Parts: sequence; C-alpha cells; structure tokens
Amino acid sequence: MAEFRMPSLGADMVAGTLVEWLRRPGDRVRRGDIVAVVETQKGAIEIEIFQDGVIERFLVDVGATVPVGTPLALIAGAVAPAAPAPPPVRPEAVVQAPAPPRMPLPGPGAGRPLASPAARRMAEQFGVDLRALRGSGPGSAIVSADVEGAAKAPRRFDPAEMRRAIGAAMARSKREIPHYYLSTTIDITATQQWMEARNAERPPPQRLLLAAPLLKAVAIALRGSRELNGYYTERGFEPSPAIHLGVAIAIRGGGLMAPAIHDVNNLGIDELMAKLRDLGMRARSGGLRSSELSDSTITVTSLGERGSEAVFGIIYPPQVALVGLGKPTERPAVLDGKVVPRRTIVATLSADHRVSDGHRGAIFLSEMDRLLQAPEQL
Amino acid sequence: MTTLPQQSQEISYREAVREAIREAMVGDPRVFLMGEDVGRYGGCYAVTKGLLDEFGPERIRDTPLSESAFVGAGIGAALGGMRPIVEVMTVNFSLLALDQIVNNAATLRHMSGGQFEVPLVIRMATGAGRQLAAQHSHSLEGWYAHIPGIKVLAPATLEDARFMLAAALADPNPVLIFEHVMLYNMTGTLADAGPVDIRSAKVRRSGRDVTLIAYGGTLFKTLAAAEMLAKEGIEAEVIDLRVLRPLDTGTILASVRRTRRAVIVDEGWRSGSLSAEVSARIAEGAFWDLDAPVERVCSAEVPIPYPRHLEEAALPQPPGIAAAAKATLGR
Repeated sequence: MAEFRMPSLGADMVAGTLVEWLRRPGDRVRRGDIVAVVETQKGAIEIEIFQDGVIERFLVDVGATVPVGTPLALIAGAVAPAAPAPPPVRPEAVVQAPAPPRMPLPGPGAGRPLASPAARRMAEQFGVDLRALRGSGPGSAIVSADVEGAAKAPRRFDPAEMRRAIGAAMARSKREIPHYYLSTTIDITATQQWMEARNAERPPPQRLLLAAPLLKAVAIALRGSRELNGYYTERGFEPSPAIHLGVAIAIRGGGLMAPAIHDVNNLGIDELMAKLRDLGMRARSGGLRSSELSDSTITVTSLGERGSEAVFGIIYPPQVALVGLGKPTERPAVLDGKVVPRRTIVATLSADHRVSDGHRGAIFLSEMDRLLQAPEQL
Repeated sequence: MTTLPQQSQEISYREAVREAIREAMVGDPRVFLMGEDVGRYGGCYAVTKGLLDEFGPERIRDTPLSESAFVGAGIGAALGGMRPIVEVMTVNFSLLALDQIVNNAATLRHMSGGQFEVPLVIRMATGAGRQLAAQHSHSLEGWYAHIPGIKVLAPATLEDARFMLAAALADPNPVLIFEHVMLYNMTGTLADAGPVDIRSAKVRRSGRDVTLIAYGGTLFKTLAAAEMLAKEGIEAEVIDLRVLRPLDTGTILASVRRTRRAVIVDEGWRSGSLSAEVSARIAEGAFWDLDAPVERVCSAEVPIPYPRHLEEAALPQPPGIAAAAKATLGR
C-alpha cells in the first residue's frame, strides 16, 4: 500500500485544491496516468501518479484544499517510490461480464464532434468550443463532465493570484540564491541559414522555429556542465542526470509559466519542435500535467522576435541556473578582418554561486556557441 | 380469527398479499374475492390459502374456467356497488378477458358520461423464472399500461404487496395489480410500513452516476447490479416504477437530469414495450441533460424457453444490467 500525495508543482506552491478525480476506487493505474485535477495558483493542472497499482480509496474530497504532501489516495499493490525495487507485480486480469451486443455509436455528423446533448448545452452556456475537447464518454463522446472540466480552468484562473505566486518565488530566489550573470553574443547566421533551407521544403505546420535549435543547443551544452542542471535542496546540490528544460511561456492576460520539455538532449529536432508547439497551446488552454510543472531541471527564457537584446533572468528555485535568449538581431561583426552584417543573439546565464563559478558558466556559453555553428549536427 | 399478525415479524410476499386481502375483507363488507381455484385449492400460488375457511364461500368464490365470464361478473358487481377483487391465475389467461378489461372496464366511466364507476381490482401473476414454459411466462403488463381508463400497479416490495391493495380498492377506477411469480417466496419484515400511494415511483437506492429504472421482478436484479457497480466505484440510482400507468415521469426525469444516464430494465420484450415508453419520455423530457444514449435491458425476443439455463439466459440478469450501466459511462 502506498500513498498518493498532493504534489509540489513548484517551489512557490504550498497547497492545492482537489478539483476532480479522473479515476475511481478500484481502477488500476500505471505510472504516468493522469488521476486528478488540482487547482493551483497556476490554474488547473492534471496530476499524474508515480506508482502502478489499484486505487484503494480516496482520502481527500473534491473541493478540499490541502497542503503539499498530504496523502490524497491509497494505492493498493503499489510500491512507494523510495522503497527498493521488488520484482514487478503482474497485474491480474480483471474479469468483466461480457457486455451484451449493442448498437454501435454513430460517428459524428459531417464536421461535428461526437458530443452528448448535455455536453452541447453546457458548451453553449459556457462558451466552450467542443472541437477543442477530448471525450471521455461512450465511444469517446464528449460528455458534460468534459465540458465542465474545460470550463472550469479558464474561469478559475486568477491573474492576481499568479502574480502573487511569481512574486513569492522570485523574492525567495533573490533572497536565497547568490546569482552571478554572464553574457555572450552568439553568431547564429549558420543556424538561421540551415533552418531556412530546411523550412523551404516544408509546409508551415512542419517548419522549425529558431527556438528549437536554440533549446537543443542548451540541452547538449548542459551535458558537460552538471553544476548548472539540477536542484539545490537542504541537502545541497543534486545534479540531475536528465535534462528537462523549463520553457518560460507568457500567459495571455498576464503571468508566466515554465512547463518542462523532458529529456531535450535525447529529442530529435522535429520532435522537439512538435513538443514546443504542443506545450505552448496547452499552457494557454490549461491542460498541463503535474510533472511538466514540477520537474524542470533548468529554465530557458526566450524573448523572441519582439523582445529586448538581452535578458538576465531570476533563477526559479530549486533550480540553479537560467538561460536567457535575447532577440535575434542583425549586428555588425568582424569576420576575417572585415566588418560584415551577421545575425546574432545575446545568450545570458544566471547561475547559482553556491553551486558553480563564472568559469563553469563561461564554458557552458561557449559550448552553446560552438554547437550553433554546426546546426546540422544538433 | 380477525386479528392481523404483528407487522414486525417475518412475512413473505405471498403472506403480505394475503394480509392485504384479509384486511380489506374485514374492513369492508362490499369486498369479495373471486377467481379460479382461489377457494378450496387456496390459489394457484397459495395466496388465498385459508381465506375460504375464514370468510366463507359467499365472499371467497371459486369460478368456472372462463376469464371473460368472471372478469365480466366482477365489472358488473363493481358497477352495482360492490368492491370485487378478481384474481386471474396468470397474465396469459387474462388475454381471454381482454375484451372485458379493455372494452368494458376501461371505458364505462367515459361511455356513461361519468354516471358509472368501475371500482374493480384485478390481481394476476406475471413473469418468468419458474420453468413454466412459453405459455405461462409472459410479462404483458406493458400492454395493459397502454390502455387509458385503467391503472396498472407492479408491487415489488413487501410493503407495496401489503398496502397497494387498499389504495387500489379505494380508487373508483379499475386497477390491475401484477404480482411477479418470483417474488411470492421473498421474505422480510414490515416494521414501520404503512399506507402507500399508487401515484409515484420510488428511488430504492440513491446514486449519482447512472439511473437504473426497473419494476416488479426486475427490481431486485437491478439492485444486485447496483451492488456490483458499487464495487467498481459506480454509484447507480435505482428507481422502482411501482405504478406502470399512469407513469410517474417526474421522478424518472428528476433522476436522469441528475445522473445524465439511464438504463431501463424490463422483463417484457423490447419491441413496443414499457421500456420503450420510458425511453421515449426520457428523450422527450431530458434530452438536453443526457450524456449517453439510453440503454435497455429486456428479455430476449423469443418465446420464453423451458430449460432453466435457457430461461435464465433469456431474462434480464444482474451482469447484463451492470454492463449496460457501464456502457452509458463509456466503461
């Protein structure tokens, strides 16, 4: 028997409100399954479970606000994550009475999503677009609970709450973390040209944005700079073997989130681009998973085309570094003794002096620079 | 021997019906019972055993084997001011009295411009499960529920078996009471039971996930299905229709609007059945509240088989009811 606890979705989170159970007692769950929705200052987040097992019973009622770490449910047949690994338990087949043959559900009419009458009426009331929803009903039809879930998230989002949360985390960071800052200008002409050549053959939805090669370069450069990737806790610094990049995303109506893209160093460039698009959409529509909010090992903030030249960010605790990417800009550069226009970007590093020194940070930034000169190898 | 037994002691459904008849006979001299084998034999299902000795052949009357004749006589007696209880052995035999019931009992009040009332009660056994084969295993109460001018009751609980008769006798219109053959041996206590209405459906189990609608013999199978569902975390609400005509649409719709899902369990055949009527009313009254198509669990559309395993397979059973409920939840 193991306990499924209210997860911490960031250093600033002290409590969460259980909005909905998505599974029920008796359900078999696997590591990574989404089992509940929790309301935080960052909006409604889908919470994953980290054990295999069967939900024995719920310990917290829907609507309750409980501190991080509070047991939410008991998981039978589960092994607490910290315990030594036992031989894997093979789930017994669940014997079910055969369902009597029934009429197959009709597919949706031309261009119309399959949705129940109740879901349609509720969608109309709340102004929810049914086409954006995934159905959980018979034949994967969208049912009222699906619409309710979608309607809840945006209505509950409170920009003032989020501002307070950001403030608390940043104040703590500035109070506790001795930041040092480095800055370097990287020539991205090669990367830009490589990307444009690649995009020319592709339809718009499959084109790369500059963010993809930049993130990939950050991830690969981090392989050699363990002191920048991990968590600083009461036990000191713990480097992370995995590289999960938190990508700062501005939220419409104010606010900021930095959900993670997992194992970026192992992703192909197109795969990374797809994840980036998906994450942006979900961050704005409120469909983020708990692990995406809680397990970034470093954050990247990228100001993009409309940004400033450089950004010196504040580290998001318990992480120990933040990479800032300024606006890509044509600048005069000296190449072979001549001044020529080159496309450049200012890359910055904010890092925790308790863990690393400027020397390490400089190695990291030069490694990024080197990688971006050979983008085809990313 | 006119004292009634203590209500808190163990009692069978059969005894509950008998006590209801005794109470009516004791309380109103206009009440009498007639039917095939109800006197000397004590009733085909032993419901009226002992009543001949207690009330005599004037009030407990064995009739010839002619349903048309004795149901017609009951209608005449009711028109004449008596309060007859007519027992028809099983619903299949009632087909011989259809003309009396549909053409006379149900219409005379209307045809006489309200001058005549027909305060007649007809009791009959219905349903399958006792290996009585295709000619004695029908569930035709849904047919009668089609007819304006009569009321149709389906007591499933001991309390309804014990107290619906009094309300039926008090009604100035013909009332048909269908007693499911599998319920006669059911026992329990009647503590705190009292007069019941013959207007409303009752919620027999509360739940928020799906509404299961049943009556008569399928009520307890449906409650068993709800128990199976509860083990899987599904909270099913179970409605006992009790009154098949007029249907208590309000109770059905109120529940379905809450759960957004409905399964109708009916031992009648699906085509043109009472389950079809309930389904239509849900579609008419709660369409915009539905999250899933209405499911029905009915008898297989075959003459009810004699062999036990085939008979069981032909009838609604708890696993099938539970599976239909899960289908409405997409599980």
